[in-house]
Amino acid sequence: MTKLSKGPKIYLAFVFLILYLPIFYLIFYSFNSGGKMSHFESFTWEHYAAVFEDTRLLVIVLNTIIIALFSALISTTIGTLGALSIYFMKNKKARETVLSLNNILIVSPDVIIGASFLILFTMLGVKLGFASVLISHAAFSIPIVVIMILPKLFEMNTSLIDAALDLGATRKDVLKRVILPYIQPGIFAGFFLALTYSLDDFAVTFFVTGNGFSTLSVEIYSMARTGVTLTINALSAILFVVTILLVVGYYFISKRSKTSIAGVKR
Amino acid sequence: MKPLIQSAIAILIVGFMMLGIVWKLEQGSASGTTDSITVYNWGDYIDPDVLKQFEQETGIKVIYETFDSNEGMMGKIEQGGTNYDITAPSEYMIEMMMEKDLLLPLDHSLLPNLKNIDPYFLDLPFDPANRYSIPYFWGSLGIAFNPTLLEGQTFESWDNLWDPSLKQRVILVDSAREVVGMGLNSLHYSLNSTDPDEIQEAMDKLALLTPNVKAVIGDEVTQLMVNEEAAVALTWSGQAADMMNSNENIDYIVPEEGSNLWFDNFVIPRTAKNIEGAHAFLNFLLRPDIAAQNTDYVGYTTPNEAALELMDPEVVEDERYYPDEEMREHLEVYRNLGLKNLGIYNEYFLEFKMGLQ
Amino acid sequence: MNKSNFRPWYMIPYMIWIAFFVIAPIVLIFYYSFFDITGAFTWTNYVDFFKSTYLILTINSFWYAFLITFFTLLIAYPTAYFITKTKHKQLWLLLVIVPSWINLLLKTYAFIGIMGLHGPINAFITALGFDQQQILFTDFSFVFVAVYIFIPFMILPIFNALDQLNPSYLDAAKDLGASGWTTFRKVIWPLTLNGVKSGVQVVFIPALSLFMITRLIAGNKVITLGTAIEQQFLVTQNWGMGSTIAVFLIIFMFIIMRLTATKEIGGKKHDKVK
Repeated sequence: MTKLSKGPKIYLAFVFLILYLPIFYLIFYSFNSGGKMSHFESFTWEHYAAVFEDTRLLVIVLNTIIIALFSALISTTIGTLGALSIYFMKNKKARETVLSLNNILIVSPDVIIGASFLILFTMLGVKLGFASVLISHAAFSIPIVVIMILPKLFEMNTSLIDAALDLGATRKDVLKRVILPYIQPGIFAGFFLALTYSLDDFAVTFFVTGNGFSTLSVEIYSMARTGVTLTINALSAILFVVTILLVVGYYFISKRSKTSIAGVKR
Repeated sequence: MKPLIQSAIAILIVGFMMLGIVWKLEQGSASGTTDSITVYNWGDYIDPDVLKQFEQETGIKVIYETFDSNEGMMGKIEQGGTNYDITAPSEYMIEMMMEKDLLLPLDHSLLPNLKNIDPYFLDLPFDPANRYSIPYFWGSLGIAFNPTLLEGQTFESWDNLWDPSLKQRVILVDSAREVVGMGLNSLHYSLNSTDPDEIQEAMDKLALLTPNVKAVIGDEVTQLMVNEEAAVALTWSGQAADMMNSNENIDYIVPEEGSNLWFDNFVIPRTAKNIEGAHAFLNFLLRPDIAAQNTDYVGYTTPNEAALELMDPEVVEDERYYPDEEMREHLEVYRNLGLKNLGIYNEYFLEFKMGLQ
Repeated sequence: MNKSNFRPWYMIPYMIWIAFFVIAPIVLIFYYSFFDITGAFTWTNYVDFFKSTYLILTINSFWYAFLITFFTLLIAYPTAYFITKTKHKQLWLLLVIVPSWINLLLKTYAFIGIMGLHGPINAFITALGFDQQQILFTDFSFVFVAVYIFIPFMILPIFNALDQLNPSYLDAAKDLGASGWTTFRKVIWPLTLNGVKSGVQVVFIPALSLFMITRLIAGNKVITLGTAIEQQFLVTQNWGMGSTIAVFLIIFMFIIMRLTATKEIGGKKHDKVK
């Protein structure tokens, strides 16, 4: 592995700075006693205290995370199976058609997806709430998972599979020991982007939710008219810090356990 | 394969743990009652303490859900699958919802506190005899401006916005009725006009405004004005109140040619399950002390006369928040023009926006 | 290998998904596109689409989607490349995604503050002795924020392609005396083309129907098909016209997929060669 020289380092630093700039801006104003995202008056923790006093908000946050995790898990599973189905399709025309169908939800604006899912759920008699939101999020995240996995599949050296089969491996073994490990980075990428889709979605959730169930996005967008409070900034700051700690912590823990069973990965 | 399965199991465990916490939290707030109402309202448009007080006094639990646009709200109620007991449409939406038979008539015998409302705000054309709605907040449409960023321009009339010295400084609200209505108003036409010639004339006049337009945006206008990013904005009095609260330099006027008078109202939609509870809630909100407390939290203008006496006199006497009767005479309530005319307004407005830059 | 052996039960969930969440909505959209605002059957929506307003919107949408995709790729590719060279590359990759988990509306508000006349960028510009610049409500701010939103979606597939690049190819190229640029052009780029294509798909296609930031960041000075659809559905309540525009978006997407699909086979052939 070559070490990064100075130029690339500066470039990366710059990209990360831009990526995190709006978040730092949000966090900065979460300490503003002025109550708005401008004119920093003085330092205060009051918005953080407000987060923990508001049980309704806490329930919404937890619901948002639960939906994100579960829907990403479901869509990753189905998406992986879908990518495999597309990959193993013999007919080139059929493959291209399915791939195009796959992308329809990506090109459709959220309002349309939301409205048509709502019509679908009421027709099927699905009760609006946790289940309908979960199903919808899983549904609109599937295409991104498929798109993340497919290039890995097409990159895969088919001789690898042939060799395994020649050596007497069953198809199940090939799938488990050759294909899945190879496309694993694509699967993880799909999972993380599915999380992004789910956490960011407002329009679809708005349409398919009901019975008191709400997510953070719906809550924030509905606040726009009267102004989003700094409680939301404080909440986002807390979530952000926790996420970073989890990500970094998880990374180093998994790294250590991996070195102890070295050889598994490569 | 192994890391995949391990990760999946980890996610499931975390997810179910969180579900447990949610269940616990919701148990805590339910306090043993089965009676509940579901309120569907704009986000942050009611004092949470008012909800708590209502729950304590009546034992009825309030489930609170939020929406961000009248149209979105109606779409959900129309489609069904929900059981909202109360929702908060603006006046033009009430007419639309009546047309689609989405509202239940109110039982006035369960709403004795309705007497607290200023009669001026009752029995309005969009809902004669308040059969379906009670007013929640009201206000006007006007011009918010920041004199410290301007060079002495004053605002009395809509025509002031066309002043060449305001090049690239005016912010408009992203809504066809408001912008086209302003054009009509500035020509002394009704903002409910459906006369194609009048509308065309208004659009021609608006086309001349484009050099002055800095942006056409939504609710973010509050942030931009408070930040002193923009000097002049076409906005509703409610948002102007938000701006003035955060930045003392900002002022707000209603132009002399007249403007829009708007109402947010509470109604009981067809989807309601707990009609009695819904009436109890409405009556509770109409109580002077509660209305005063809630108005103080939201910062908009209340039609509750009895509540005014309990509020900060400085606010109540401020003409920008509580215009006198003479000024109200100039204001006009939006009528439902029908989908076809709404379509025409929006087509014109889209073309107006495409002419910007 | 005989691929047909690999077609058992596991196709079922995906096919169910396609039936319920893809085909059903398309049928609905297609059905609605034949009704006017009063609910009567009509062809006029399709005729109206070819009026100048919507054609201009289509061209606008494609132009901005192209710009957004181009700049996203321009920034994402080197970023992905450099990240593969860092020590904790997986960690850095995760840190690229984390910002996208914070609510988009909040981040957009933050951008309004940052790019504002009194924001940090203008403070920097004036500190350098230049005049205050109007950054918000311009094409630039629009493309910038759109690129910001899409960057993780481009970095991930490219990173995955680069990461498993066999280092021996690079060594071979070096041994054969290829310069850095030639190695990139002849070896790295073709081998990561599939990843790039994935990235382009997940950026270009949704960029066609972007709407929220056209208002918040561009102040409606940029209007795309997404804006028009949103307005037709939510404000005008003209589901017919909104659906018609959506039908065209889907057609455009099919065309784009066709165009990229032919190349994909080329990519596959390349694989066989190695």
